[in-house]
Amino acid sequence: MNPALLTLFPLLGFVVIGLFGKWLKHEKVIGVVGSGAIFLSFLVAVVLFCDLLQMPEESRSYVSTVYTWIATGSFSVNVAYRVDQLSVLFALIITGVGFLIHVYSIGYMHGDKGFARFFAYLNLFVFMMLNLVMASNFLLTFLGWEGVGLCSYLLIGFWYDRKFEGSFITWTGDAAKKAFIVNRIGDFGVLIAMFMLFNIFGTLDYGEISQHAQGVFSMGDTAVTIITLALFLGCTGKSAQIPLAVWLPDAMAGPTPVSALIHAATMVTSGIFLIARTNVLFALAPATMAIVAGVGIATALIAGTIGLVQNDIKKVLAYSTVSQLGFMFTALGVGAFTAGVFHVMTHAFFKALLFLASGSVIHGMHEEQDVQKMGGLKKYMPVTFATWIIGTFAIAGIPVFSGFFSKDEILWNAYIGGGPILWGIGAIAAFFTAFYMWRLTSLTFFGKERFDHHSVHPHESPVTMTAPLVILAVLSAIGGFVGIPHVIGHLINVPNYIEHWLEPVFSSAQAILPAHVGEYSALEWTLMGISTVVAVSGILLARTFYAAGPERAHQLAARFSLLYKILWNKWYLDELYQMLLVNPIYIASRDFLWKVVDVVVIDGIVNGSARTIAASASILRRLQTGIAQNYALLMMAGIVVLIVIVLYPFFS
Amino acid sequence: MNFDILGSLPLIVIWLALGVVGIIIQAFVRSDSTRLVYGYYIGTLVTTGLLAAATISNQGTAFGGMVTLGGWAAVFDLLFCGAGVMAMLAAQAYLGRFNSELDEFYTMLVSSVAGMMLMAHARNLVVLFVGIELMSISFYIMAGFFRSRDKSLESAMKYFLLGAFATGFLVYGMALLYGATGTLDYSVMLKVIAAGTARFPVLLALGAVLLTIGLSFKIAAFPFHQWAPDVYEGAPTVVTAFMSTAGKAAAFSAFLAVFGVIMPMVKVASMTPTLQLVLAVISAATMLIGNITAVAQTNVKRMLAYSSVAHAGYMLMGIVAGTTFGQSAVVYYAFAYTFMQLGAFIIVGLLEREDETSLMISDYSGLYRKHGVFAAMMAVFMFSLAGIPPFAGFFGKYMLFYAAIESGFTWLTIVAVASSVISVWFYLGLIVKMYFSEPNPETHEANAGLAGISLAVCTVAVILLGIMPRIITGMLGN
Repeated sequence: MNPALLTLFPLLGFVVIGLFGKWLKHEKVIGVVGSGAIFLSFLVAVVLFCDLLQMPEESRSYVSTVYTWIATGSFSVNVAYRVDQLSVLFALIITGVGFLIHVYSIGYMHGDKGFARFFAYLNLFVFMMLNLVMASNFLLTFLGWEGVGLCSYLLIGFWYDRKFEGSFITWTGDAAKKAFIVNRIGDFGVLIAMFMLFNIFGTLDYGEISQHAQGVFSMGDTAVTIITLALFLGCTGKSAQIPLAVWLPDAMAGPTPVSALIHAATMVTSGIFLIARTNVLFALAPATMAIVAGVGIATALIAGTIGLVQNDIKKVLAYSTVSQLGFMFTALGVGAFTAGVFHVMTHAFFKALLFLASGSVIHGMHEEQDVQKMGGLKKYMPVTFATWIIGTFAIAGIPVFSGFFSKDEILWNAYIGGGPILWGIGAIAAFFTAFYMWRLTSLTFFGKERFDHHSVHPHESPVTMTAPLVILAVLSAIGGFVGIPHVIGHLINVPNYIEHWLEPVFSSAQAILPAHVGEYSALEWTLMGISTVVAVSGILLARTFYAAGPERAHQLAARFSLLYKILWNKWYLDELYQMLLVNPIYIASRDFLWKVVDVVVIDGIVNGSARTIAASASILRRLQTGIAQNYALLMMAGIVVLIVIVLYPFFS
Repeated sequence: MNFDILGSLPLIVIWLALGVVGIIIQAFVRSDSTRLVYGYYIGTLVTTGLLAAATISNQGTAFGGMVTLGGWAAVFDLLFCGAGVMAMLAAQAYLGRFNSELDEFYTMLVSSVAGMMLMAHARNLVVLFVGIELMSISFYIMAGFFRSRDKSLESAMKYFLLGAFATGFLVYGMALLYGATGTLDYSVMLKVIAAGTARFPVLLALGAVLLTIGLSFKIAAFPFHQWAPDVYEGAPTVVTAFMSTAGKAAAFSAFLAVFGVIMPMVKVASMTPTLQLVLAVISAATMLIGNITAVAQTNVKRMLAYSSVAHAGYMLMGIVAGTTFGQSAVVYYAFAYTFMQLGAFIIVGLLEREDETSLMISDYSGLYRKHGVFAAMMAVFMFSLAGIPPFAGFFGKYMLFYAAIESGFTWLTIVAVASSVISVWFYLGLIVKMYFSEPNPETHEANAGLAGISLAVCTVAVILLGIMPRIITGMLGN
């Protein structure tokens, strides 16, 4: 199976819907074309996966060149896809979860005037994302990287005429711009890394760079540290980590399926992907690894605390995404690449589920997003409720649900790779996760009905929306079984499939990194037990707190008003950026760059040269007399000059 | 010596179809409608184009070494026939609106294609000359095809007078080359020049420069460009579309032969030390003059005419570089340029009114409101002409610039970049007019009809070539 088919279908979907969406008219046709394209792509991913399975393990990685993109002199880049365990796993997640979200969108976007535009963007997004993960070289990944950034911009600002209350922004368009600009800062890092890599290796091909990296760099070289730090800067942008995390919560301005697809399941994991793809480089830079782990765990904790007090259902989920991504980076930082990628997968299931379920709630509540105005929705939306509970258990890390296995593996690796402190912070963040998730659950589905019965009539969503919820709920429940840790696995005789599957991808990096040998099973059981206690106690505490509604929490907030205010205002991160970066830049650009550099210098030069050109244009124009004889005269003059110049050397 | 029938088929088919069957049809099959001839000639061009595509790898010579077969010549055939078909698809309705749809038009168009093909295939200066003249004379006639319109007649007359003037130098140059080398055959001439056994080095140099001058007139390079704006403006728009693209590409195919086969650029320096520099200066002056003058234009046709002058300047960079890469850059650019310029002119033709109005840039105000698709396509062509990625024009310029830098002509590349910046002014200016100005209430209805096919092909090609440049550069294999 040609991997180009994987990207072809979404591209076709984008072109067809984008160009002919107006003529297709019927939502059903557009929805079927859009979802069908992703489904076909999913089938291709499945076939590629089965192909890989049938191959001997050592050859489960090949490059398929679609065509030569640029070939000039020493610089050559192919549009080529690298099919291996990592890329196929990501492709399965992207197309599988992506398909469900497309189906869901048919119901969710029903009646929207931009229905076709929405599906065109979604297809384009999947196309770009697949290019990002399938690429065999940095340049193609970067194309996808920028592409998903663009799609994210288009989709966050999809309802471009709506107001949106965010930090320092008032319109959905502002949120879109914020996401784009913050991401650009990260992209700058990726570009720098690419320039340096090309300068050192003379190629941008992943295979060649990984192969030669150990020969070119020694452990902890400055160059490789700078390269990986620059790459990581890009990752903090796309994956919303501190310091570039601020865009993701405001990205909730887009329609909910977008939040589910882009800001939970796929785009934000591209940072994880990039590090996983370049694992050898990161393994050679221990300083960067430490920073990755540190940033990851800090983000996990801080975003978790913010999530404790927010009232917008989607905003809580957004901060929870930031926090979960922090967990993944922690795993990467301690060298547990497999654990990080495993959490990408389970997180894609349960976070897509939670976002879509929240969308179902919002839909049923007539666009209400404030959980304080909900309550008791359990009986109105049984399917949404049931699936939501499964998603909550999964993200909280209740045993046997998917999130338990992946999060536990991350915490375990944090302990052995990073020490008890790293683990301890992770456990606290996990506790917060369980707490704020059950807080949402209580306020939304249990307790008194706090909405106005006259204007709001909660109802269950149509089957196009609930069916994806059910499928994702099943995946969230059982998805973790592919990664059962060895201590449990050898009791029940089930291998850790995902670790085994991904092993070849990370083998060379693991060979560089320090190995952790020894008998830890008692410790691992203990930590697993603590994780479970943490998750359950987080839920129980939230339950006692919010069972009756938000009143008790209000009292507590009043007592700890300072802390509450800090959390409510998201640690003043936006304010800090506004004060330290945005305002100085704004003032500098207005008072200096604009009023001096632009108006005086540049406009002077531009207008000056423009006037010069316009003036010379009118002179040249006058040469064009329209009289053939004059033209012949100029020709003759030209001929004489040319002959003189050419013959001059012969007579000198 | 075996006669390569297969390789010669594109040439044989178009000549038989034009010179034998076509004339019989027009002489004996009487019909009030032009449909038969129209369909017949479209079929001819399509068949020839397909045959050319099939014979690209079939390289060789034929007719006693007078023509080369396959290779770049066949790639160029594809361009000529493709451009011809696209121009014909646009021409029928256009000429019909001006009450000038006569079947002779299609004959002239196909005969100009036949001439271009000879130019690309020529391996003998006489064949080259016959090709150039066949193409040029067909163009003179087509330029004056609106017989009742002064502008069209003026255009034809100017083109003819100045063209004849330039032809004089062309023939003179050929004669001098013959005198110096004793042959008209490209490959023999190459041997003589390479061995340094030419009898009169001065005459050789003079011949070379006169030949360059003759060809420079055909591509409208400075200072032999002044005919172009007047002729392109006055000629029927579909004719302008065709001759400013395929005609220019044909002249470049001759340029490639002269400076690739007869006197490869690496040899030129030993022959006439200053000729390469002269070409470089012509290239720089052409793009600067073309782009700067285009800024001052108010008529879209004239603006595009000057832009066409500028693009000849860019393409000359590849000739100046003289490397294999530079040559493939010229071929690539010829395709890219043909699609974007042809497409732009076809849209101009569609919007043009029968009283020769709606040709001003101001007439394009708010075009997207009424003709959203035309405006979008025009925007694509303008972006591509300005050299903005991911369109074909960007990649073509990139290749040409790269070739020039590689050959040490950094200053020429700097001039080219600067003049590209100037060109953004008027290309984007048109886009701004189309999208950000209040609609012009007088914009009339316009239906694409068959021209829509040409436009769709041009648009798709401009995008596709930009993303997959190897479509062209890979045609000859590596």
